[in-house]
Amino acid sequence: MTSISEDSDKEKMRSVSVDLNNDASLVIDIPDALCERDKVKFTVHTKTTLSSFQKPEFSVPRQHEDFIWLHDTIVETEEYAGFIIPPAPPKPDFEGPREKMHKLGEGESSMTKEEYAKMKQELEAEYLAVFKKTVQVHEVFLQRLSSHPMFRKDRNFQIFLEYDQDLSVRRKNAKEMFGGFFKNMVKSADEVLISGVKEVDEFFEQEKNFLLDYSIKIKDATAKAEKMTRSHKIADDYNHISGALNNTAADNNTAFKKHLEKCAEVFEKLRKVEDRMASDQELKLTELLRYYTRDIQAAKDLLYRRARALADYENSNKALDKARLKGKDVAQAEENQKQCLQKFDKLSESGKKELTSFKARRVVAFRKNLIEMTELEIKHAKNSVSLLQGSIEILKSN
Amino acid sequence: MAASSERSPPPFPDSEEPELLEDSDEGADAFTGTSISEMDSPSPDSTRPPKDIFNEPPEDIFSDPLSNINPEPQKKVDTKIPSPSSDEAVDLFSEPLDDDSEVMSSPEVQNPMPDLLNEPVEAPKSDVLGEPPVHKNAARQQDFFEDPPKGSNKSSSVKKAASAELFGDDEDEEDLFKETPKVVTKKPQPSGPPVDVFTEVKSDVKVKPQVKDDPTDLFTEEALTAPAQKPPASSSSSSRTNGVHSEEQDLFSEATVELSLDSPLNDRKKKDAVKPSLSAPAASVASSSSKAPSKTLEELEEEESEDKFDLNISVTNPEKVGDGMNAYMAYKVSTQTSLTMFRSKTFTVRRRFSDFLGLYEKLSEKHSQNGYIVPPPPEKSILGMTKVKVGKEDPSSAEFVERRRAALERYLQRVVSHPSLLQDPDVREFLEKEELPRAVSTQALSGAGFLKMLNKATDAVSKMTIKMNEQDVWFDEKIQDVENEEQHMRKLHVMVESLVNHRKELSGNTAVFAKSVAMLGSSEDNTALSRALSQLAEVEDRIEQLHQEQASNDFFTFSELLADYIRLLGAVKGCFDQRMKAWQRWQDAENMLQKKREAEAKLLWANKPDKLQQAKDEIAEWEAKVTQYEREFERISATVRKEVIRFDKEKARDFKRQIVKYLESLLNSQQQLIKYWEAFLPEAKAIA
Repeated sequence: MTSISEDSDKEKMRSVSVDLNNDASLVIDIPDALCERDKVKFTVHTKTTLSSFQKPEFSVPRQHEDFIWLHDTIVETEEYAGFIIPPAPPKPDFEGPREKMHKLGEGESSMTKEEYAKMKQELEAEYLAVFKKTVQVHEVFLQRLSSHPMFRKDRNFQIFLEYDQDLSVRRKNAKEMFGGFFKNMVKSADEVLISGVKEVDEFFEQEKNFLLDYSIKIKDATAKAEKMTRSHKIADDYNHISGALNNTAADNNTAFKKHLEKCAEVFEKLRKVEDRMASDQELKLTELLRYYTRDIQAAKDLLYRRARALADYENSNKALDKARLKGKDVAQAEENQKQCLQKFDKLSESGKKELTSFKARRVVAFRKNLIEMTELEIKHAKNSVSLLQGSIEILKSN
Repeated sequence: MAASSERSPPPFPDSEEPELLEDSDEGADAFTGTSISEMDSPSPDSTRPPKDIFNEPPEDIFSDPLSNINPEPQKKVDTKIPSPSSDEAVDLFSEPLDDDSEVMSSPEVQNPMPDLLNEPVEAPKSDVLGEPPVHKNAARQQDFFEDPPKGSNKSSSVKKAASAELFGDDEDEEDLFKETPKVVTKKPQPSGPPVDVFTEVKSDVKVKPQVKDDPTDLFTEEALTAPAQKPPASSSSSSRTNGVHSEEQDLFSEATVELSLDSPLNDRKKKDAVKPSLSAPAASVASSSSKAPSKTLEELEEEESEDKFDLNISVTNPEKVGDGMNAYMAYKVSTQTSLTMFRSKTFTVRRRFSDFLGLYEKLSEKHSQNGYIVPPPPEKSILGMTKVKVGKEDPSSAEFVERRRAALERYLQRVVSHPSLLQDPDVREFLEKEELPRAVSTQALSGAGFLKMLNKATDAVSKMTIKMNEQDVWFDEKIQDVENEEQHMRKLHVMVESLVNHRKELSGNTAVFAKSVAMLGSSEDNTALSRALSQLAEVEDRIEQLHQEQASNDFFTFSELLADYIRLLGAVKGCFDQRMKAWQRWQDAENMLQKKREAEAKLLWANKPDKLQQAKDEIAEWEAKVTQYEREFERISATVRKEVIRFDKEKARDFKRQIVKYLESLLNSQQQLIKYWEAFLPEAKAIA
């Protein structure tokens, strides 16, 4: 029931976590989103010069599930095995604000008007932050696809962008969910099994070790950063303090009142600054880490697929040897071995390219985000400083 | 009031009446400028409570006047001292002697001169008008009405002396000091008070009253409040004069006048005020005397800028003494002052926590019943202290000790910044004396502690049962205000506490994140990014420190301030309760009087003349009590009012100061933050 149209924020938000080569031939953004109960409807807007689309510009409504469907179809496409598949956007999580909303509804009678207003304010701010973040990750997913030379030509992707009706993709049923879970289990077990396969390419050996280590570290860092940003409740406290100060001032009529009011004002202003500081930290730092946790997982998946292909190739080699020994089905085994080798080589080749570009992309993204975050931190801190200086002056003067 | 004064017949022997009337006549003269009657009965008062005078303030009596007098007359006073005290308490002797020698050498003696220079506008003005001194004398003069009958013969003699002095001090000081010995020789015992009076007069004329003078006021006050429970005889005399003037209103107007001494309306109001106070009967003596000096104190407070209040107290070096459960923390209490009431300019004593509590007990016993706001000390914390006793060096107990140390320091500063409490001998003893007797009643689990609890419980019960219908709008509103304010403060305190906790939590999480980022940096294979990440880790580490410091600032400058004021508001409420108790006492007496009257009526009707006289006596007795209690109520009301006003003023000032300090701490940490991030920015940009 909340609708936002990011105008000023659009620029800032668009490429928060990834640096995309801005190719004007296919530009996708999500200018608007609508939240209905637990469903979020995104308006996906596309502008293109590609001839494969019927119109140069169009908008379609899409839900989170549609994004997941798109991701899944891409993952399942054998052709794309050699690519790092952009991680699917996480499910919109409005649990935090919703819980607060609940509390607000419950406590409405027991709260004073000011407290209620404050709570509402807080809630709205939080809600908006979550909302923005959700839109952003979905947008980024599409932008990653559109900027990829292969994915942008994907049929399903084009359907996703163009089909002006509801995609009404089937939600995964329980069996499929379990299937997915099972697949993951098998994959993990398989990963362990094929880890014994001797790596032939030093690049991949290195890359594998790096990604394994890095994924552990970045997961940890993400968790810690989330914890840190979550505990950044200073703004809320300022808000409450400001409210309490105002209440105290309301019942006072001595010289004290002035100080209290001034003080409440300071806290109110500090709250806003602190609020932005926290949400920018969340957006620039935590979100970056979170995204790369997922992206690294995607890169690891690529490695897994390649390692699987390598294992397949070695198995086919063994099979060929066996066949030769027995002198039976040699042609078929040879064919199989050749195919496996081909697949493996293809995966290795594209994988190498993908991983190299991934590394470059990651470094650029980190740089961009860290600079932005630092600049924002400085900006906010400077705001606080001038705010505090002004208030101290005023307090001292009267 | 009016009703009661109408009711009260003049039950007193005629002999005193002319005397009193004469006084008031003379009082009228006084306002034309001569101020003869002002001083006409300083001695009677002093004859009454010789014990109090000599037990309590001997040092002040001698030391303080001295400090104000010019070096020249000082010798005279010195020589004078032995004569009155020849037959008196030993301590009178020992103390003043110290002081004398000190005063002689001390630079304080020079003080009057600079003061004169500093306040040339006010001092001359008061001279010309002749009013301020008169007025102040008048206020003080009530003290001396205390016991007119006994003092009558003596008072005349002193009267001469005093009046002569009053004249004299306008002309030259020589007179003043020539006269003093006269008084002394005539009446060795009350020598203290007359000296007070003279110095008082002198200080009024010569210099604006300073804190230095006030000890004398205070001690006369203390001496006088003690006999507040007078024998019926003297108080009934008051009830008679009471009939002459209804001074309930006047008492108040007097209060306002004294508060606004500098206002242009002064003169007119002063006349109004002085009249009732002149004729004020004995019962009001105690009240007005207690008011007068403290009011002048308040003026002082307003006149004196903060920096003039030269008394710095610091509590430092908490030190564990002893082992195990008998261990305790001792604190160094250092005082730095130029006030002459202290023996030296800097001194240091060691005190333990229970000594601080003991000081509070003593002060609250003495002063809270009079409606003073006695600053409460920090609470006892068995848990915290046990931790300190048992634990070796853990941060939470260090924090506890620091918190307590800071709280004790603030507590003492509040005590000494209260002009009346500063004058209390116990305060001075606490600050100066090497060894204090161990405070026993402060232990939470002792018998005394139990008694205290019991008292508190009964107080609480009686508080609930007393239904006071508040007549005074000011009090009505103020009581409500204080109640609300306390509520709000409590809420605010909770909020700030949660700020402290959240900030600590954030600090902890930042530290963890910093470590994690450092790890991430070490795994990163891009050199520039790796470097940037480890720099980021360092920045986060510093930010963690910053958060931690800010959290302790949140706590010590903001949260503790609120905690202090929650306690102080409790003390303010205590004052209101004391006032309510006084009111209740008055009402009870009123009811009793009513009953006695009814009994008398019944006797009259039943025609039993034999018992009638007794009933009449009883009525007289209760009438006296009613008047006395009423006076007490008025007095406590005035004191509480003044105290609350003072408290509000202090509070606003204190809050402002602390809030500024707190905001400055925030400012500082934001500035640090800018520095950290600005240092990081090139690192981030260097990523390639």
